[in-house]
Amino acid sequence: MNKIANRQVICDVLIEKAKEDKDIVVLCSDSRGSASLAEFASTYPEQFVEVGIAEQNLVSISAGLAKCGKKSFAASPACFLSTRSMEQCKVDVAYSNTNVKLIGISGGVSYGALGMTHHSAQDIAALASIPNMRVYLPSDRLQTRALIENLLKDEKPAYIRVGRNPVEDVYEEGNVPFKMDEATVVSEGSDVTIIASGEMVKAAKDAAAELKDSGISARVLDMYCVKPIDEAAVIKAAKETKAIITIEEHSGIGGMGSMVSQIVAANEPKKVINLSLPDEPVITGKSQEVFDYYALNAAGIVKTAMELIKNEE
Amino acid sequence: MENLKAKAFELRKDIWKMIYRAKTGHVGGDFSVCDILISLYYKHMNVSPDKMNDPNRDRFILSKGHSVEAYYSVLADRGFFPKEDLETFSQYKSKYIGHPNNKINGIEMNSGSLGHGLAVAVGMALAGKMDKANYRVYTVMGDGELAEGSVWEGAMAAGHYKLDNLTAVIDRNRLQISGSTEDVMSQDSQDERWKSFGWHVIHANGNDLDELDAAFTLAKNTKGKPTMIIAETTKGYGISFIENKAAWHHKVATAEEFEAGLSELERRRLMANE
Repeated sequence: MNKIANRQVICDVLIEKAKEDKDIVVLCSDSRGSASLAEFASTYPEQFVEVGIAEQNLVSISAGLAKCGKKSFAASPACFLSTRSMEQCKVDVAYSNTNVKLIGISGGVSYGALGMTHHSAQDIAALASIPNMRVYLPSDRLQTRALIENLLKDEKPAYIRVGRNPVEDVYEEGNVPFKMDEATVVSEGSDVTIIASGEMVKAAKDAAAELKDSGISARVLDMYCVKPIDEAAVIKAAKETKAIITIEEHSGIGGMGSMVSQIVAANEPKKVINLSLPDEPVITGKSQEVFDYYALNAAGIVKTAMELIKNEE
Repeated sequence: MENLKAKAFELRKDIWKMIYRAKTGHVGGDFSVCDILISLYYKHMNVSPDKMNDPNRDRFILSKGHSVEAYYSVLADRGFFPKEDLETFSQYKSKYIGHPNNKINGIEMNSGSLGHGLAVAVGMALAGKMDKANYRVYTVMGDGELAEGSVWEGAMAAGHYKLDNLTAVIDRNRLQISGSTEDVMSQDSQDERWKSFGWHVIHANGNDLDELDAAFTLAKNTKGKPTMIIAETTKGYGISFIENKAAWHHKVATAEEFEAGLSELERRRLMANE
């Protein structure tokens, strides 16, 4: 089992790159520990800015730094960064087009029993609806590294959501297929397509393996690029498979599943089932307990796929 | 040197015409902030159209973005874009919209939603410190704007980081859209508020170019802390019948009012020229 959280990988990449690139600046809102960025702060104190518990300030200051040539990485819990600072993300980052990478840590229900204040089941809906804001949910530590390395090459705004805990690898060291803004095909399949983002990709991969044993061929797309979503991959899946299942650690309203449904409905109508968090405060529990309760796991995907295939026949 | 006191009335004429033509705009705040912008853009800031991308240029953010007509008039007069462009102000498909937009030459940041400019300016000032650059950062806020909590997040960080390359100005015209600032949400005691956040506070008559000149000079020479200039202004300054009237926050003149206002501005321009 992998022990490295995606947030740790972000810190590792930034420490590596900051050695050569003095314009990389990391900002935290009393979140350097929870963002795994304490090591960056102590290694490059002159490239680190602490703003205290003030997320709106975090985003505006990041934008001001970026406007003066810095590459700002603003890290704060996804719940606060995405909605408390939403207007700063909209106006100072997206609208003013500043080179700010917003790192939403402990996203989704990572904070488990801390309750709805600390859950970010709305971050995709909030930020993806803003023009000029990109939204990424990497699935494992290896893809997170590839994503951050690529984002360092551009100067446009982006929001990156990662979870709190280490997640099992989806890919293998030395074999991480990655093209910027293209969904990664985790497995090919012809019966049903499972489109997943973030931590749900591993569940999708496991579900595809189980379905294979039952004679069902499932395609798995890792839609780490929620915006701009890989529309071509979605349409291709709708054409080549009988139905689509989306799964995400987000509200069913305005998330990746909503976007997939819109694309399929407009281009290649097929049955689409969205697996997501409910439109209510989630039950108390650790993330995995919450996922299992709402069937956001391999078993839930398998059950949904079996029913879909049965109904198709 | 150019007579900036006459210029202040000349530009107010441009603003008055721009708003009358477009039938929209925030004239009261434009006229209160006009002299502050003139002092910055003609005297104190190191900015010009030929060095818009110079990393050492001074940075400015109009946090009270609704005073955009005054900002546009100053930028056009300083040659950032042709004055004729402003004939399209607020018109269909024009880029000269009712709030600052950085697609327009000379404008650094988009603004319009209040309470953003100071914190963005803090980021710019921090970047200047990191790069050991000599540029200064300026922002102008409205007094009604000070009710936004985000202003105080920025104030706190500027004091904490002792950003002496940052000067903020409050256009203290004492009126906001609903009436007196003191009735809407008390804004007196700004001295104590900013001082307690670690700022150097200066008072100036914000419609007096000599006093503004002295204030900006003092700010430049203040070390170890950011400076707040509380610019006591008159909303609508320049046309007597709109001065100190909350209704003129964003009222548009009738034909008679337009002519009367234009005449008064021209009279005052000529007087300033003498």
